[in-house]
Amino acid sequence: MENHFEVVIVGSGPAGLSAAGRAAELDLSHVLLESTSHLANTIQRYQKGKHVMAEPGFLPLRSSLPFDAGSREDILAAWQQNAETLSINVDWQADVVSISGQRGDFTLQTRAGKTIRAANVVLAIGLQGNPRKLGVPGEDQPFVQYQLDDPDEYQNESIMVVGAGDSAIENALALSRNNQVSLINRRDEFARAKEGNLKLLEDAIERGRIKVFFNSSLRQIETLTNGDHLAQVTLTTGEGEVQVPVDRIIARLGAIPPRDFVESCGINFPNDAVNAVPELTHQYESNVPGLYVIGALAGYPLIKQAMNQGYEVIEHILGHDIKPVDNDLLAEKFSGLPFDLDVEQTLELIQNNVLCFGPVNSLRFRELILESEMHTPAEGDVIFSRNDYTNSFYSVVEGSVEVVIDEATGKRVRIGEGHFFGEMGLISGRRRNATVYAGRHCVLVETPRRTMLRLLASADEVRRRIDQVFILRAIHSQFAPNSSLEDLSDLVNSAELRQYAPGEVLFAEGESGDELHLVRRGSLTVSRYLHGREVVLSYVPAGKYVGEMGLLGNTRRTASVRAVVPTETVVMKSGPFLALLDRDPQLKEQVQLQLQARLRANASMEASEEGGELLSFLMRQGLGEATDVLLIDESLCVRCDNCETACASTHGGTSRLNREAGPSYASIHVPTSCRHCEHPHCMKDCPPDAISRNASGEVVIADNCIGCGNCESNCPYGVIQMAQVGGSQPGLWSRVLFGAEHKKIKDKDAPKRAVKCDMCTSLKGGPACVRACPTGAAVRISPEQFIELVQEN
Amino acid sequence: MHGSFLSHRGGFWFWVALVLVLSSVLAYVWHEPLGQPNGGTWLGYTLGTVAALLIVWLTFFGVRKRAYYSRLGTVKGWLSAHVYLGGSLLVLGTLHSGFQFGLNIHTLAWLLMVLVIVSGFYGVWVYWRYPERITRNRDGMTRQLIFREVADIDRKASVIVEGLGSPADRMVISAIQLFSIGGGAWHQLTGRDRSRIMVAASKGSAKRWVQVANPTQQRLLDELTGLLSRSADPQEAALLQELIDLISRKAKLMRQLLADIRLQGLMEVWLYCHIPLTMALLATLMAHIVSVFFYW
Ligand SMILES: Cc1cc2nc3c(=O)[nH]c(=O)nc-3n(C[C@H](O)[C@H](O)[C@H](O)COP(=O)(O)OP(=O)(O)OC[C@H]3O[C@@H](n4cnc5c(N)ncnc54)[C@H](O)[C@@H]3O)c2cc1C
Ligand code: HEM
Ligand code: SF4
Ligand code: SF4
Repeated sequence: MENHFEVVIVGSGPAGLSAAGRAAELDLSHVLLESTSHLANTIQRYQKGKHVMAEPGFLPLRSSLPFDAGSREDILAAWQQNAETLSINVDWQADVVSISGQRGDFTLQTRAGKTIRAANVVLAIGLQGNPRKLGVPGEDQPFVQYQLDDPDEYQNESIMVVGAGDSAIENALALSRNNQVSLINRRDEFARAKEGNLKLLEDAIERGRIKVFFNSSLRQIETLTNGDHLAQVTLTTGEGEVQVPVDRIIARLGAIPPRDFVESCGINFPNDAVNAVPELTHQYESNVPGLYVIGALAGYPLIKQAMNQGYEVIEHILGHDIKPVDNDLLAEKFSGLPFDLDVEQTLELIQNNVLCFGPVNSLRFRELILESEMHTPAEGDVIFSRNDYTNSFYSVVEGSVEVVIDEATGKRVRIGEGHFFGEMGLISGRRRNATVYAGRHCVLVETPRRTMLRLLASADEVRRRIDQVFILRAIHSQFAPNSSLEDLSDLVNSAELRQYAPGEVLFAEGESGDELHLVRRGSLTVSRYLHGREVVLSYVPAGKYVGEMGLLGNTRRTASVRAVVPTETVVMKSGPFLALLDRDPQLKEQVQLQLQARLRANASMEASEEGGELLSFLMRQGLGEATDVLLIDESLCVRCDNCETACASTHGGTSRLNREAGPSYASIHVPTSCRHCEHPHCMKDCPPDAISRNASGEVVIADNCIGCGNCESNCPYGVIQMAQVGGSQPGLWSRVLFGAEHKKIKDKDAPKRAVKCDMCTSLKGGPACVRACPTGAAVRISPEQFIELVQEN
Repeated sequence: MHGSFLSHRGGFWFWVALVLVLSSVLAYVWHEPLGQPNGGTWLGYTLGTVAALLIVWLTFFGVRKRAYYSRLGTVKGWLSAHVYLGGSLLVLGTLHSGFQFGLNIHTLAWLLMVLVIVSGFYGVWVYWRYPERITRNRDGMTRQLIFREVADIDRKASVIVEGLGSPADRMVISAIQLFSIGGGAWHQLTGRDRSRIMVAASKGSAKRWVQVANPTQQRLLDELTGLLSRSADPQEAALLQELIDLISRKAKLMRQLLADIRLQGLMEVWLYCHIPLTMALLATLMAHIVSVFFYW
C-alpha cells in the first residue's frame, strides 16, 4: 500500500527530524508529518538572529543531521539542506489529530482528513502545543492566521484580531499602524494583559485606531466573492449580532498543551502534575507497544538530547543493540567506584540498593544518575555542613554516614545503606540543619535539586517514601532528639502534610484548634486584629512551628496565621504531642520558653503599628520567600548610584540592580534586585539547568545559559535581564580622572544571556553594591533579620 | 542593620581623630619652641608631615571609591575615616602654621585646606538632611513614574482638545511642546520651570499669538479657568473642567519633579566645590613644600 510505512514520525522538530534523517539514511520506509509548512516550527519561532546554543556541552551529538551552536538562520538552513540530501520524505500541513492501533498496524488521521498507516509511530511533537483554533466554520480559510510574523507585511487591510492576551494586543497595535483593526474580546476587560500594553491599547482606542468588541465572540465566517473585502464575520455581542467585513483574521487564542492529544493516543501519564512526562522504556517506547515518544515531550528539553534520541529511536525500532550515547559518560562517572561491574550492572546495583529509587523506571533512572554525582568520601569527611545552603539530595549506595543531630552535645545518628539524607534542604529550600560526616567505605549519589523535583513530580511512590521519612526526621530533630524513634511513632503516624496557597489562612484568631504546624516549605505570617485592623506581628519561616499555644492548653487561637507564599506544613495532633511532652519535661519547658519569647515579641510589635505595616509591606514584596535581599534605607541614600556602578563594573557592564525602581515603605526601599528565593521561580523551566544555588545561598546563572528567556518571564520580581555581557572596563585611573565609563560590546549580534545578581560570588570581598555604598544606606539582609529591622525602624 | 557612615564601627574614627587632635594640642601647649611657634620647629615638622600625608590620603578616597574590586575595608568605612580624620586636619594644619598668617603661598595653602574641610562639613550636613527630604517629596513616585504619568496626561489632554477647538487646542498643544524642565545647573538648583506657552494677545482688534512663560502650567490653568468662566455651552464646560483637572494634576507633578531636581542638585553640588578645591589644595601644597625647602 502506498501510504503504509515502516515508521511514521510526527513532528519535525530536532527530535523528529533527526529520527527521519536516520530512517532515510537507512532506507527505511518512512514519512515525517509536520503540521506547519516548514521544518522545526519551535526553532522557526525563535526571535530573528537568535544565537542557539548546543548544551549540554559534555554530551556528544549522534545524528544524521548536523547541529552546533550558531544562529537560528544557519541551523535551520543546514537542516533544510540535509533534509534534502538525505531525501527525507516529509508531508507538510499534516496536523495529526489521532493515532490508534498498535505495533504493526497504526492508523493516523490528519486534520485535513488524510489517513496514514504505519508499523511504528514516533511521537516528537514537542511541548509548544498547537494554536487554539477559532472553533467556527471557516477557521481554516487561508485568510485566517494563527500567528503573525511581520506586521508590516500588511497594508490598508481590514483586519480582525481575536484574543485578549498580550500577543493579541501586541499584534493589534502593530497592525493598526497601517491597517484598520478590530479586536475581539470574549470578556468585558483585558485582565491578563500587561500594564504597558493596556496603556497603548487605551491610547489606540481613544484615537480611533483600534475598535474593540467586548463580550463578543465569532459566530460565523462567510467568504465574499464580490465587494471590497474577502469575508464577512458575524459576531455575537452583548447587544445582538454584528456583521464586520474583513480581509484577514488573526486569532491569538493561546496554545493547546499537547497532553490531551497524547493521552488520546493511549499513552499514560503517571499523574496530573503539569510537568509530568509519559512513562517510557529504555527504548523510548510508551505503554502502547510500537508507539515511541522522544524530545521535549519525553521530558528532554534541549535540542541535542532531542536529536540523539531521534537517532537512537530508529535504531531501537530496527532492533539494533546500540549503547546509548551517554554510555561513556556513565562509565567515567562510575570509574572511581569500588565495584567491578559494567555500566548497566552498576546502574542496577544502585537502583536495587537505594530504597527510594526502587519505583523509578529505568530510563528516568539513567537520566537521574547522569545528572547526579557519585562520591566515595574518606571516613570522617564532611559531606555538607550545618547552615550550608545546598539543596541536593544524597542516597547511600554502600556504607553509612553520620548526622550530627544535636550540635551542643555532638550527638550523632547513623544513616545506613539504602537510605537517603539531605531531603530537608531540598524540600524547605533553606539552610542545612545538620552536618553530615562520611562513615567507612561509603558510596554516595548526590542528585541535584532540579532532577529530584522532576522525579518527585512524576513518581508519586518516590514522593510518598521521601515524605514519610521527612516527617519522622523533622519531628525527631525539632522536638525529640533524645527520644527513640519508637517513642515517636504515635506522633509521626498521626501527622500529615498540608499545602496552602499564598494568602490562605491556616487558622484564624478566635477559632478553636489545637493542631501544631511545623513549616516545611514556604513561610507564614502571624497577625491579630487590633483597633479594627489586622496587624502583622511576626513571620515564621520554614523549619519553625506555630500553634503551640493550642497544645499547651489554650485552644482558642489568639492570632491568625496565613501563608505568604506556597507553603507546606507538617500538622501534628495534640494528643500524641502532649503525651510526648509529658514524657519529656525538658521539652515541655523548651516549648514554653519559645512560646513566651514569641508572645513577648508580639507584644512589642503591637506597641508599634508601623512595625506591623512595614513587616506586611516586606512580605508583599516577596521577602517571605527570600533568603537574602538588598534593602536601601532612603533616609541615608544620597542617590549617588555608586551601588549600580559598582555592580556594572564588576559584572561585564550591566548592573543587576535597579536602585530607583521598586517600592518603598517607611523609608525602607526594596530595589529591583534578586531576592535569592528559597524555591527560585527562575529555576523552574531552564532547559540547560543553568540556574543553581550555591552552598552559601546565592542563586546563580551559569555560562551554559542558552538565552531562552524563560527565567526572565518566570521571575515574579522582574530582576532578570537578557543582556550582552562583556565589553571592556576602563582602568581605575581613567575612571578616577576622566570619569570614563564601561564600554559596551560592539557586536550587535553577540548572544544575549540571562543576567541577574549573583551576590558577587566570584568576588572575594562580598557584594560590591554594599561595599561601594558610601553612606551605609545599602544592606543585604536575610529573613531572620526582618523582625530586627522592623524593630530598629 | 542600616547604620550611617557617621556611626561606623561605633564611631571608631571619631575617637581616633579625637586622640589625634588632643595629643597635638597637648604637644603644642607643652612644646616651648625657641622663638615663635612655626612650621620650622620639630613639632612643626611633625605636624606638617602628618597633615600633608593626611591630605594625600584624603584625596585618595576618590580612588578607593571607584576601586570596586578593592577589599580594603568598605567605602562606608573609608568615608567615616575620611570625615573624622579630615576634620582633625583643621586642628593639625592650623597648629602646624603656628598661627602665622600672611599674604603668601603658605597661608593660601592653609586657606584652601580650610575651604575643602568646610565644604566637606557642609557635605556631611546635606548627606544627613537631604535624603529624607527627597523621600518625602517623592511620595512613593520615581522620576520615571512621574514622566510616564505626565506623558499620559498629555496624551489625554490632546484628545480632549480635539473636541474644543481654538483657542484651547493651540494653548494646550503648545504647552506640551514648549514644556521644558531641568536645563543648566542654575535652573536645576533654583528649581525654575522654563516651560512656555502660546497665548492669544489682542492688540487693539488684531489677534496675535505670543509665547509667554508657563511655570508649573500656571498660565495654562489661568487661561483655561478663564475660558470655563465664560463658557455657556455645557458640553464645552464639561470638557474644559476635565482638562483643568488633568492640568492641575500635571502642575502638581511638575512641582514635585522640580523640587526633586532641586533637592538632588543641592545634595550633589557641594562636591563640585570639594573636588576642584582639593585639586587646588594639592597644587599649592606642593608649592608650599617646595618653597619651604628652597628657602631653607
Ligand atoms: C525561546 C526558546 C529558546 C530556546 N533555545 C534553545 C537553545 O539555544 N538550545 C537548545 O538546545 N534548546 C533551546 N530551546 C529548547 C528547544 O527548542 C527544544 O528543546 C526543542 O525544540 C525540542 O525539540 P522537539 O523536537 O522535541 O520539539 P519541537 O522543536 O517543539 O518540535 C515539534 C514539531 O512538531 C510539530 N507538531 C506539533 N504537533 C503536531 C501534530 N499534532 N502533528 C504534526 N506535527 C506537529 C510542530 O509544528 C513542531 O515543528 C529553546 C526553547 C525556546 C522556547
Ligand atoms: C583636606 C581635606 C580633604 C580632602 C583633600 C578631601 C578630598 C576628597 C575627595 C578627593 C573626595 C572624593 C570625591 C569623589 O571623587 O567623588 C571627597 C569626598 C568627600 N569628602 Fe572630602 N576631603 C577632605 C576633607 C573632608 C572633610 C573634613 C569632610 C567632612 C567633614 C569631607 C567629606 C567628604 C564627603 C562627605 C565626601 C563625599 C563622599 C561621596 O559622596 O562619595 N571631606 N573628599
Ligand atoms: S531571579 Fe527572581 S525568582 Fe530567581 S531567585 Fe532571584 S528573585 Fe527569585
Ligand atoms: S550606593 Fe548607597 S547611597 Fe549611593 S545610591 Fe546606592 S544605596 Fe544610595
